[in-house]
Amino acid sequence: MLTIKNLHAEVDGKKILKGINLEIRKGEMHAIMGPNGSGKSSLSSVLAGRENYTVTEGEVIFEGKNLLDLSPEDRAREGLFLAFQYPVEIPGVSNLHFLKTALNEIRTYHNLPPLESKEFLKLTKEKQQLVDFNANLMNRSLNEGFSGGEKKRNEVFQLAMLDPKLAILDETDSGLDIDALRIVAAGVNKLRNADKAFMVITHYQRLLEYIVPDFVHVLYNGQIVKTGTKELALELEEKGYDWLKEEVHQKESV
Amino acid sequence: MRNSNEIIDDIANREYEFGFTTDIEMEMAPVGLNEDTIRFISAKKEEPEWMLEWRLKGFQAFKKMQFPKWQHFEMPELDLQKLSYYAAPKKKKQLGSLDEVDPELLATFEKLGIPINEQKALAGVAVDVVFDSVSVATTFKAKLQELGIIFCSFGEAVRNHPDLVKKYLGTVVPHSDNIFAALNAAVFSDGSFVYIPKGVRCPMELSTYFRINAENTGQFERTLIIADDNSYVSYLEGCTAPRRDENQLHAAVVELVAMDHAEIKYSTVQNWYPGDKDGNGGIYNFVTKRGICKGKSSKISWTQVETGSAITWKYPSVILQGDDAEGEFYSVAVTRNKQIADTGTKIYHLGRNTRSRIISKGISAGLSDNTYRGLVQVGPRAANARNFTQCDSLLIGDRCGAHTFPYIESRNSTATVEHEATTSKIGEDQIFYLNQRGIETEKAVALIVNGYAQEVLNQLPMEFAVEARKLLSITLEGSVG
Repeated sequence: MLTIKNLHAEVDGKKILKGINLEIRKGEMHAIMGPNGSGKSSLSSVLAGRENYTVTEGEVIFEGKNLLDLSPEDRAREGLFLAFQYPVEIPGVSNLHFLKTALNEIRTYHNLPPLESKEFLKLTKEKQQLVDFNANLMNRSLNEGFSGGEKKRNEVFQLAMLDPKLAILDETDSGLDIDALRIVAAGVNKLRNADKAFMVITHYQRLLEYIVPDFVHVLYNGQIVKTGTKELALELEEKGYDWLKEEVHQKESV
Repeated sequence: MRNSNEIIDDIANREYEFGFTTDIEMEMAPVGLNEDTIRFISAKKEEPEWMLEWRLKGFQAFKKMQFPKWQHFEMPELDLQKLSYYAAPKKKKQLGSLDEVDPELLATFEKLGIPINEQKALAGVAVDVVFDSVSVATTFKAKLQELGIIFCSFGEAVRNHPDLVKKYLGTVVPHSDNIFAALNAAVFSDGSFVYIPKGVRCPMELSTYFRINAENTGQFERTLIIADDNSYVSYLEGCTAPRRDENQLHAAVVELVAMDHAEIKYSTVQNWYPGDKDGNGGIYNFVTKRGICKGKSSKISWTQVETGSAITWKYPSVILQGDDAEGEFYSVAVTRNKQIADTGTKIYHLGRNTRSRIISKGISAGLSDNTYRGLVQVGPRAANARNFTQCDSLLIGDRCGAHTFPYIESRNSTATVEHEATTSKIGEDQIFYLNQRGIETEKAVALIVNGYAQEVLNQLPMEFAVEARKLLSITLEGSVG
């Protein structure tokens, strides 16, 4: 589904990704871990097409298409979804109106007719119950005055509504208390299926107790320095990142 | 994609191709402004003596006045002696069908969602008989007449209802109010007159669309609306389609009078030609609009969506004279390129328990300058007066300006006056967020701007609100990215 080959990127002239290689197949759950400043969130920004990130080398193939040639909106329409670490507030635009606009833009791209209001509301209700999203928040302005937890839950609700092929969760666990974390994780788990893939970016192993990954990758200094299974996450939790950093530096000095 | 400025430009230029300014029988007054000009205008319009005298009073006041200097923009050079102050109503050349209309103009109409018959009327196409707006207007007029409502051109009112005109003309905006109002008093061309009798609730939105007789009222329009005791009227002015006029200066006057328990709702959508991207050739919209809540528990509400004109300079105001009277001002002003808006409101609390609410939303893009200027004045008799003001500014890009000048003068210690102001920018983060959900940038900006202006747009009558939303979207096309 997604193939990243030797991806290099910089922001404001500073190199932040230095040759990422990663293969994600349908139905897989990949966790990206790593210390602060290792390039985890930059990777999600580059994949989603944030403007100030420049790709200097490498390629990304998403469902057979060259992802880097597509505009951010077309990447989304092709089925790439980013759950933001810091969801923005848009005053005066209702959550539902926003979602309907987004959904219909995506449908138009795929030559589908816009959803009738009745069908849309039915879908809304179904997904809202599925991921346990507070119905009162649907008619409020998009994220305006939402608590940190409510914003993150809204990201998962949007994920359920837009039904992408690949969902990137950028530190969705940050700022959540344990109850909110459980609800968010339960929502994500309900959305897992054989056709959908996930890339979960997290700093802590805690989230991975609830969302169990198939693969864990450690990003350090703009590169994936280690790949393993969920046991790797546990090891990191126990030992921290320092031993890995040392391993990398030893390799470099050889 | 071409930006809306280019499209508007195009439309504006092509209107000339249609010959809107050729093949017309025009009787022009000699260039220049003096007593003879005014006598000429009055004679042409076959006005009674009292009307001429009132015009001359206006002219006397005008001669003693200077242009103001307090505005937050550089006053363009205006030589009022070089204008011509009277042109007989012009006939537009009629086209056979919409096929003959510039496709670009039609595309803009399409975007705005203007119904096909209105498109025809606006583009100057002969309208077929069955759906003819004239016949619609006639049907409407019959209905209004039944209720005793007077809705006609100002000229007609002077002829047919002189007592009403004499009683109210200049009582809200006197002939000597300000230099542009004085000029208007001296040379006003035509306009609308509305009288709603006691106890009548006007069953439809009164719109300038249906006022066929008073088309082409020109640059010095004058409107007078009187709502007698316990009556209600909603009046719509303007049109969302881009309009061009060869008259650069527009100095209109609007007077509203609300008697006991009466309510007047006045909505404007203004989309005059804003000039090219350097601001050349646009309209100067210098309008004096004021209403008086004369009776107790009366209400006047101004709603305006201003997207056009090179300079928009106006302060629709309310004098709250009657006890328990209520005044409202809702405004969205959009400026782009080198457009200037210096707009806001003045609310005078004179009566007891009077209330007012001001919601102003400025949106600036490009190199434009957008100013909110407002006065809330509470008189010594206005016990328990309350005002709430909120003025917000939204910036698109980093080369535009937003300014707020709120003036508050209270002479009654029981009054409550609240003022809130915010300034925000459309952030790249907001746009990227919407992009990431599959929404392209132009739609994203439209969504954000419409959300921002929501509170004001909600005040517009339904069909006007739909058009205004679309107008906001296309006005800002190409402003980001």
